[in-house]
Amino acid sequence: MASNPQTDPTLEALVAQKYRHGFVTDIESDTVPPGLDEDVIRLISRKKGEPQFMLDWRLRAYRHWLTMKEPHWAHLRIQPIDYQSISYYSAPKPKTDAPKSLEEVDPKLLETYDKLGIPLHERARLAGVAVDAVFDSVSVATTFKERLNKAGVIFCSFSEAVQKHPELIEKYLGSVVPHTDNYFAALNSAVFTDGSFVFVPKGVRCPMELSTYFRINAAKTGQFERTLIVAEENSHVSYLEGCTAPMRDENQLHAAVVELVALEGAQIKYSTVQNWYPGDENGVGGIYNFVTKRGECRGANSKISWTQVETGSAITWKYPSCILTGDNSVGEFYSVAVANNYQQADTGTKMIHIGKNTRSTIVSKGISAGHGQNAYRGLVKVLPSAINARNFTQCDSLLMGDKCGAHTFPYMEVRTPTASVEHEATTSKIGDDQLFYCLSRGISEEDAVNMIVNGFCKAVFKELPMEFAVEAQNLLAVSLEGSVG
Amino acid sequence: MLSIKNLHALAGEKQVLHGLDLEVGAGEVHAIMGPNGSGKSTLAQVLAGREGYTVTGGSVTYKGKDLLSLSPEERAREGVFLAFQYPVEIPGVNNVYLLKAGLNAIRKHRGESEMDAFEFLTLVREKMKLMQMDESFLNRGVNEGFSGGEKKRNEILQMAVLEPSLALLDETDSGLDIDALRVVANGVNSLRSPDRAIVLVTHYQRLLDYIEPDHVHVLSGGKIIKSGDKSLALELEKRGYDWVKQEAAA
Repeated sequence: MASNPQTDPTLEALVAQKYRHGFVTDIESDTVPPGLDEDVIRLISRKKGEPQFMLDWRLRAYRHWLTMKEPHWAHLRIQPIDYQSISYYSAPKPKTDAPKSLEEVDPKLLETYDKLGIPLHERARLAGVAVDAVFDSVSVATTFKERLNKAGVIFCSFSEAVQKHPELIEKYLGSVVPHTDNYFAALNSAVFTDGSFVFVPKGVRCPMELSTYFRINAAKTGQFERTLIVAEENSHVSYLEGCTAPMRDENQLHAAVVELVALEGAQIKYSTVQNWYPGDENGVGGIYNFVTKRGECRGANSKISWTQVETGSAITWKYPSCILTGDNSVGEFYSVAVANNYQQADTGTKMIHIGKNTRSTIVSKGISAGHGQNAYRGLVKVLPSAINARNFTQCDSLLMGDKCGAHTFPYMEVRTPTASVEHEATTSKIGDDQLFYCLSRGISEEDAVNMIVNGFCKAVFKELPMEFAVEAQNLLAVSLEGSVG
Repeated sequence: MLSIKNLHALAGEKQVLHGLDLEVGAGEVHAIMGPNGSGKSTLAQVLAGREGYTVTGGSVTYKGKDLLSLSPEERAREGVFLAFQYPVEIPGVNNVYLLKAGLNAIRKHRGESEMDAFEFLTLVREKMKLMQMDESFLNRGVNEGFSGGEKKRNEILQMAVLEPSLALLDETDSGLDIDALRVVANGVNSLRSPDRAIVLVTHYQRLLDYIEPDHVHVLSGGKIIKSGDKSLALELEKRGYDWVKQEAAA
């Protein structure tokens, strides 16, 4: 491929790689040539055997997307993205060049798994070892399915849901994040190929934490993932997305959409640990993570809680939000975002208060190290109808070294005099004093930094499900390895 | 145990220690007194290995080893302990978690097994009783929201748990009321033993009413200008430092 000095060399390399996988080596595979037009969308919909309403919806999204401009208001430097060089459909099938066993996996990756304390039987799957070589995971997943069925909970891939529960998809898809919402959400609506669907019926308390980890066909959900979670009246569900282990992925642009719907009295807890490839220490390569996540507390007394630990990706553009429509509904956002080396993160939340007595809490902890740039961007909007609405925002930044940056962009729009909105923000440097104090008690520098950073993030980690919290702490340690001293 | 010879050191850019000599034997308690700016705190920081303090000459030998070649954490693991003048707050980090991590790092270095949570808690509770600290200290962040007196008690608690061979107390008495001073002194006294040395850096004679030193030294202008027994401290209290300086200059 001729090199063009204008384009980012990594993008080019990634594109070249796609050609290799899509065309040359794997001729019989179900991969669509790069490029996007209405025919490609029709093809995707046909390949997936979708009902007409899905195709219509995709086409509406695509036509709207064509009228939109890529957003550049975030505090991010983004290399131009060539949307026509992406291949928008690739059938999920085992890769022919996948390692046959752990012995063939990059020892460096295995070392990381070891540091993260990932169970042995999980490592193979994460490293992309061919599925038939992975033991245990299938039986584990089957056991889970049975328990969920008994409770009446639907938890399946998005494709499966479109086939088996089209009425639910038609009712709820795009009802929180419309296909016109923003550039990346519109693109996702047009071309997404899979994702997850959760439906918890009235009054049911989901008997276990749902995790993408255990979804049977989690192997390749692709770069445009769609998640929809619906919690009916007085139901309760906790969903875990992602995992702490670095995932192999050759797609640079990830534009996912997550929609949550909580009906009266329902509670949804959505936890994310995101650790995609952040690029190397010089800022070359890495995933662009441009995600739209939004939940609506549609019914009275409902609650949606977002918890995220974002350590990966070269660029993160992500604002998990809550629309508090129902009276007395509650929105929460707890976030730890790390920007190390040349990583950039522009993340935060939006809390839209519509119903009476709605309450929201925002706790954001940003950690910047190396040349990392970390921005918190948050909007608290209280409409005139939201009588007695309350918000509390706490936004803390921790700087490690003197080449990184922390930025805070809080927006507040309050249109009722009965509302109370509080904002607290701090910026601190990881103190030489704190570090020396730990060292002088015999603790190694690495352990000391971990301890201080984890202390800083404690308010967020305590919101994570137990086993996730432990992994998140380890993850933070690995992400910040060698960033002090 | 500790032998300091002709020590010269900078605090930042400024030459603060100008040829300090000090010999501390096992089982001894030494008090280093001196006016503000004489180099007392610099000495404590240099011995603990703090960054920003540069040794420009002389030597420090500890248990036959070159102390200055060790990193701060290695010094701690070899049994050197510094009780800070201004203990720092570390929000969100549990007070006893830090202490347990320190103790186990030291035990590991000595080739001993790590202490489990149960053994450790038993030990800490016992020492907390000695320092008259209540149970709530177990759950608080490191020095987070502690009063001045609580911070100092916490330093001595750490010392009591870590059982160092050489304890350096940097103005541990400052900011303490008389009751807290008694508790702190009591804690220090309980650690006096034939195989442990204690160096108290202090402004005032007051502390020495409770912790009786074997040797008293006057530090001025970056070196020890006079040494004596505990009566020297009483004399300083009465007459101030100027006469010692004049005597040294003469």
